[in-house]
Amino acid sequence: MIRTEEMLLNVGPQHPSTHGVFRLILKIDGEIIKEATPVIGYLHRGTEKIAEDLQYTQIIPYTDRMDYLSAMTNNYVLCHAVETMIELEVPERAEYLRVLAMELGRIASHLVWYGTYLLDIGATSPFLYAFRDREHIINLLNELSGGRLTFNYMRIGGVKWDAPEGWIEKVKNFVPYMREQIEGYHELVTGNEIFKERAKGIGTYTKEDAIAHSLSGANLRCTGVNYDIRKVEPYSIYDRFDFQVVTREEGDAWARYECRMQEMEESLKIVEQAVEQFPESGPVLGKVPRIIRPPKGEAYVRIESPRGEIGCYIASDGKKEPYRLKFRRPSFYNLQILPKLLKGENMANLVAILGGVDIVLGEVDG
Amino acid sequence: MEWIQGVFTSSPTIESFAIYLLITVPFLLMVLGFVTYAILAERKVMGYIQLRYGPNRTGGRFGLLQTVADVFKLLIKEDTRPKLADKGLFILAPVIAFVPSFMVLVVLPYTETLTFANLGIGLLYFIAISGISTIGIVTAGWASNNKYALMGGMRAVAQMISYEIPLLMSLVGLVLFAGTLNLTEIIEQQQYVPYILLQPIGFIIFFICALAELNRIPFDLPEAESEIIAGYHVEYSGFRFAFFMLAEYVYMFAMAGLITVLFLGGWQPIIGLGFIPGFVWFALKFSLVVFVFMWIRATLPRLRSDQLMEFAWKVLLPISLANIFLSAILKELFF
Repeated sequence: MIRTEEMLLNVGPQHPSTHGVFRLILKIDGEIIKEATPVIGYLHRGTEKIAEDLQYTQIIPYTDRMDYLSAMTNNYVLCHAVETMIELEVPERAEYLRVLAMELGRIASHLVWYGTYLLDIGATSPFLYAFRDREHIINLLNELSGGRLTFNYMRIGGVKWDAPEGWIEKVKNFVPYMREQIEGYHELVTGNEIFKERAKGIGTYTKEDAIAHSLSGANLRCTGVNYDIRKVEPYSIYDRFDFQVVTREEGDAWARYECRMQEMEESLKIVEQAVEQFPESGPVLGKVPRIIRPPKGEAYVRIESPRGEIGCYIASDGKKEPYRLKFRRPSFYNLQILPKLLKGENMANLVAILGGVDIVLGEVDG
Repeated sequence: MEWIQGVFTSSPTIESFAIYLLITVPFLLMVLGFVTYAILAERKVMGYIQLRYGPNRTGGRFGLLQTVADVFKLLIKEDTRPKLADKGLFILAPVIAFVPSFMVLVVLPYTETLTFANLGIGLLYFIAISGISTIGIVTAGWASNNKYALMGGMRAVAQMISYEIPLLMSLVGLVLFAGTLNLTEIIEQQQYVPYILLQPIGFIIFFICALAELNRIPFDLPEAESEIIAGYHVEYSGFRFAFFMLAEYVYMFAMAGLITVLFLGGWQPIIGLGFIPGFVWFALKFSLVVFVFMWIRATLPRLRSDQLMEFAWKVLLPISLANIFLSAILKELFF
């Protein structure tokens, strides 16, 4: 008589497909996962607690390091929250620069996702193609902010620097280039039967599940919920642009792939329009008091980051440091559905599902 | 050359054994040297496809000494062995994986005269011996006492069972046409028309199964680095790991050689270009097959194990059986 037993398998914290220091404790029967327990916190740096001892401007560099793949949106959510509290006008030119930076960042972030997802599935080349194109975006943002990953570009009331001469031209030229590249991605990957087989019907959840687990971003829109904060609750100057919210009905990994790919194109549309409407001249920093002391009270703002709804809550007691700062970090929330999705799947699907959720560990752990 | 040929066909004696040993050692070294540069070629081809340079520092602009340096590094590394590993099997596994990959090389006819063993059942010998290397992989997976390695080993077994069968079946049609299992005779029959044209279905199935046998993308499940890290050789380092790598590459070239022999006509020149010597033709066709292997590796994602199994049993096997039937009818009607 052959005796079989369940095996306890530690996936991570050092594993090539966990995208950082993420650990999964799996109970597996052969290759079938019986139970999955995620363990997080390996990258916890206590950003929120540190922020309680810092002035508002000093917190901005810390936000860069949360979601390090789209630091611009994190910069923005903090600045936006403080601006809401002290009711600060932001100059128009600064708003356009912010939108350009955020949308370029969104494309860069999705490119990283595309590349690493295909790498998880086993295709090596798309990763390098995606990173080549991401490099163009990073160069653009580098010229703007002086940083490649942690930009520290936005300031309360505007942005740190004006765009260098010729930068807008470069962004303008980038849009058609990127469109062409996305076509190439579709040719290489989207039509690939093996990839379709690997992604279709994998990690499927319903609209109700998604809402119950408070998923956001492409993870929510892949189930058919038309919810994008840029449309639902337009912040900054997003109401001036014409773009679609991409949704799919299936709710599987393939739908998430399609959502993200098309979101890149929508972001390109926004970039194109923003370049056209870009004001000739003007200040890039509003009239900001030397020391920011928001009045006693609280504020919560939310915006659409590449990973979903990122929120920032500030409670102030009138001092120059926040009394409490809290980020709603979308990766953390999106991860909640993982144990449910993994039950009954095999090891190969684990990678396809985890990759499809698009987590950034810096953001999960905070 | 004729003298060598004479030795090959002579009856086995102590002297001929000694001569054999003398001839095969340089041949072995030649294969190793070839593998070294083929690995470099693979990295260069992959680099070219993936917008990179590939190795370009060690040994001049083209990284000519890169693989030599890599192998040397592996040889001087500390030989580590997990404490709870099964010692005997752990040491034996790389050898089991490595030896068959060299054993199959003896039956390949490189030119009209250069065949180390012109066996009557060369094809069967090749397929049978190549099946052994999987045992090495399973042994490695089991002996390492590592969960990931074990999973890699189990995947390898599942894959072998699934793909050996269509691999063999896809060749039956060809054997029916050829009426022999001798590889030299099979090449001689392809003087005018290579078997790729007569057996297109068989070729496609054989090519797919060969990829699966070689554990290469899209069938590299036993060592899927993004899922089970490195699979069966996760615990191996140093020269034991080098053995696995070498086995994999030598086997890849053996398989490319077999495809060249069976379907592309081996040393046979394209009609009208007979003045170019046979081994050049063999090398050209062989390189083409190897290049396609590399190209596929750079392009395709990986299959899932259940899909792989389904594909083998539900798609490849029925088609290859139908191919046998079709070949039999064609043979009866036209030959």
